[in-house]
Amino acid sequence: METTIRINNLTKKFGGVTAVNNVSLTIDPGTFLTLLGPSGCGKTTLLRCLAGLEDPDGGEIYIGDKLVFSYDTGISLPPGQRELGLVFQNYALWPHMKVDKNISFALEIQKMPKAEIEKRIKESLKEVQMVGYEDRYPREMSGGQQQRVALARMLAYRPKVFLMDEPLSNLDARLRMDMRTELKRLHHISGATTVYVTHDQVEALTMSTNIAVMKEGVLQQFDTPDKIYHFPANLFVADFIGNPKVNLLDGFVSEKNCVDFGDFKISMETYNATGKVVAGIRPEDIVISTQPVPGGVEFKAYSILPSGADSTIIAHLGELELTIKVMGISKIKMDEKIWLTFDEATINLFDKESGQLITP
Amino acid sequence: MATTTYTQAESSNRLIAGFRRFIRWLTKPHVVLSLIMLAVMFVMVVIPLYRLVLTTVTWQPEDLSRVPEAVVGKFTTFHWVRMLTGVLSRIYTFTPLQHSMTVAIGATLLAFLIGGALAWLVIRTDMPGRKIVNQLAVLPYIMPGWTIAQAWLVLFKNRASGGTPGLFEYLVGQSPPDWLSYGPVPIIICSALHYYTFFFLFTSAALMSIDSNLEEAGELMGASRWRILRKITLPLVLPALLSGFIMTFSKVMGTFGGPNILGTPVRYYVVATMLRGSLAAGDKADAFVLGIVLILFAILIISFNQKLVGTRKSYETIGGRGFVAQASKLRNMKTVAFISVIIFQILVLVLPLSLLVLSSFMLRSGDYSLSNFSLQHWIGEANTIYNNGEPGVLFNPKIYATAWNTIKLALFTAFFTALLGIFLGYAIVKGRGTRLAKIVDQLAYIPYVIPGIAFGAVYIAMFAKKMGPLPALYGTFTLLVIVSVAKHLPYSSRSGVAAMMSVGRELEEAGQVSGANVWQCFKRIIFPLTSSGFVSGFLMTFITTMRELSLIILLVTPATQLLASQTMFYIENGNEQMANIVILILVLITLVGNFLIGRFGRGSSLKKGLGM
Repeated sequence: METTIRINNLTKKFGGVTAVNNVSLTIDPGTFLTLLGPSGCGKTTLLRCLAGLEDPDGGEIYIGDKLVFSYDTGISLPPGQRELGLVFQNYALWPHMKVDKNISFALEIQKMPKAEIEKRIKESLKEVQMVGYEDRYPREMSGGQQQRVALARMLAYRPKVFLMDEPLSNLDARLRMDMRTELKRLHHISGATTVYVTHDQVEALTMSTNIAVMKEGVLQQFDTPDKIYHFPANLFVADFIGNPKVNLLDGFVSEKNCVDFGDFKISMETYNATGKVVAGIRPEDIVISTQPVPGGVEFKAYSILPSGADSTIIAHLGELELTIKVMGISKIKMDEKIWLTFDEATINLFDKESGQLITP
Repeated sequence: MATTTYTQAESSNRLIAGFRRFIRWLTKPHVVLSLIMLAVMFVMVVIPLYRLVLTTVTWQPEDLSRVPEAVVGKFTTFHWVRMLTGVLSRIYTFTPLQHSMTVAIGATLLAFLIGGALAWLVIRTDMPGRKIVNQLAVLPYIMPGWTIAQAWLVLFKNRASGGTPGLFEYLVGQSPPDWLSYGPVPIIICSALHYYTFFFLFTSAALMSIDSNLEEAGELMGASRWRILRKITLPLVLPALLSGFIMTFSKVMGTFGGPNILGTPVRYYVVATMLRGSLAAGDKADAFVLGIVLILFAILIISFNQKLVGTRKSYETIGGRGFVAQASKLRNMKTVAFISVIIFQILVLVLPLSLLVLSSFMLRSGDYSLSNFSLQHWIGEANTIYNNGEPGVLFNPKIYATAWNTIKLALFTAFFTALLGIFLGYAIVKGRGTRLAKIVDQLAYIPYVIPGIAFGAVYIAMFAKKMGPLPALYGTFTLLVIVSVAKHLPYSSRSGVAAMMSVGRELEEAGQVSGANVWQCFKRIIFPLTSSGFVSGFLMTFITTMRELSLIILLVTPATQLLASQTMFYIENGNEQMANIVILILVLITLVGNFLIGRFGRGSSLKKGLGM
């Protein structure tokens, strides 16, 4: 039941706009892949190409060992023959059918025996904890309940691949948390290869085994959440992932293994970088001290934003502004002098010109 | 050698791939539907228009008597020269055109005053009984357009046309002046009383969408009510008013019934009546020239409207966002306003119908003595003295046949229109952004700019004789259905698009992903979800077809007579009581239909049905 998805050089254009630009991805069996990016980055288009709802303008797609799309041979299987399930952003439950009919639709089309259909309806509703709602119309349920039914509708016909297009974005924050838990559980139990589209980087980090970050149709990085977070391939990924945002400092490699930021210098591995660079420093990787410490750079606490479990501190040094995250409620006062120390091992250096991560 | 074979194989592979992609595109449901719709509209709209133009620029058999050297079928500017510059052009073209414009401008202004004032009272004030007025205000438009004209004659007829005197002369003892009985004044008044509904609907929708805070802001700054109306409200509803102006203008230009009843007897011809006259006289090409003049005029007006309003479909620019409008306080004017509105409603609804009823009971028209009252025209037996020997309407097999024919036409038209509407809506909505869908959309819009009577002329040009695989349909019931469906295309595509828009594309895609094929998607998802749009489109078309006259007047024959055209023939033969009874029956059917729409139309309204 575990299925590999291979996408080779996929391109999709809408008029003059290239929505998906030469994307290649191999999604291993059982992966929970998130397509992540700002709106208009092509992530939904890519998903729709996978589903067969869009006709790409180049490339090929394999689901399992079945070639479902190939531009060069002109082959394209209709969505129904690709053995995948799709959950839509707005649920797309058929408003004129009750819950049981919504679920049995695909099964009836497969001409499944009645008893089996009944069984499948029960099972799938149980999986999403919606037993007892068989006789409701979609409009008689809350958004969260509709979302669960939409999931059940997909689960009932047991597709090989789950596709989900921002399934949680229409839910309120509380419900979204609950559903994330459930979805992750569901993936864990079914083990089905899942492709999940979201613009919410927190959701991507929480849910996925792999993340593919996209921008303007181009795949930026395809990696595990850990790698994406700690070793972003370029400035766009670094900036897009993380909350609060990563600190990006313009610097200059003055000599080997030393970066000059104007007011201070940090010595770190610079590999073969020269000239202008940008240092990416995660807010939680900066250590704050209220006393001068060796290697500490003196800043002024500009604003303190405690939020219970942690606090965000905005520090200023001349024109330079840094965001620091500390655990708990910070005792630092506004305008107080603070000393920041940086752990060179956690700093990523990017080439200023190309924006690419500088690696060995 | 090896390389050549390789490239050959490669290029043939590429060919196969391209072919597969093309087939896939071609078999997409919206593409298939678009192509079918294009073919349908090509036959129903494009070819007839082409034939219409062609007829005017080629010699016709009937020209031989005037120009012996004419070669039938060869190109000539004869008809255009004759109609536009010849000695007769004044009589045939320019005077009717001038009359049409006089009538259209007058009726539009009057309709604006009535409709605008009524809309303001209903939407923006605290006048009592606004709900009822809102319902009643649209009724005159639902009734056949020449009802009021015919009632006008019952009241104001004088001896100018050589007939019997009207009720006015009987009561006052003096014959009404000619200008009051016939000609532009009564035509303008009667047309305005029919078409003011446009202004009412447009303006009330626009007024409803204005946030009353805007007006209150003016009030807080100390502006007078008149100033607010002038400086704030009017500019905001201006686009809607312009649309109303232009719609009404172009409708009146193409209307036939009123001018025929109130103008033709005193030789006051408008383009529409002149067109029919030319056709009756056998000058087909001349009639068609007039038809093209009407069409060009309509196109001019509508493109002018689009310039002004800025969108192609000005009639859908007004979104009913439905702010809770704050009522303007009429204070002591409240009762005055209410009473005048009620009097107005009585004048345009109750009085005309009562006059028609009254007249229908008179054995001989013009004699209002008690002894002259009779049920002869309703239930009398055939008597050679009356109505050319026809029995009373209720016992008249001809009327039953005509009524049945009318209902059949309305049913067929409504069914095909609603069905085409769903298909058009699907093709246009699904293909949104593609050139194909745009062409379908625009083609479906063409009948909108062709005035009813000109559309009839177009169809005569097309189906008078056999052409290729298209049979000569003139004189058949089928032709009436086709022309009615074609004329409704713009409305059906509008309502189809609206119905389709309400079905999110995900709903169909969810079906596709679930493995449903095209037919299963249509049957189980799209048809059920658009059924209410289908029903409302069906009912609306049913009513408008029942009372349509301008469109079919040129196409009916004794064998395919319809109630609407039957009234006109009765009037022209001097059997006005019979005509009035048939009009009353038509009114009754349309009112019942309107009631049914309100009852079962599930959210459909006259407004939607008119495609506004």
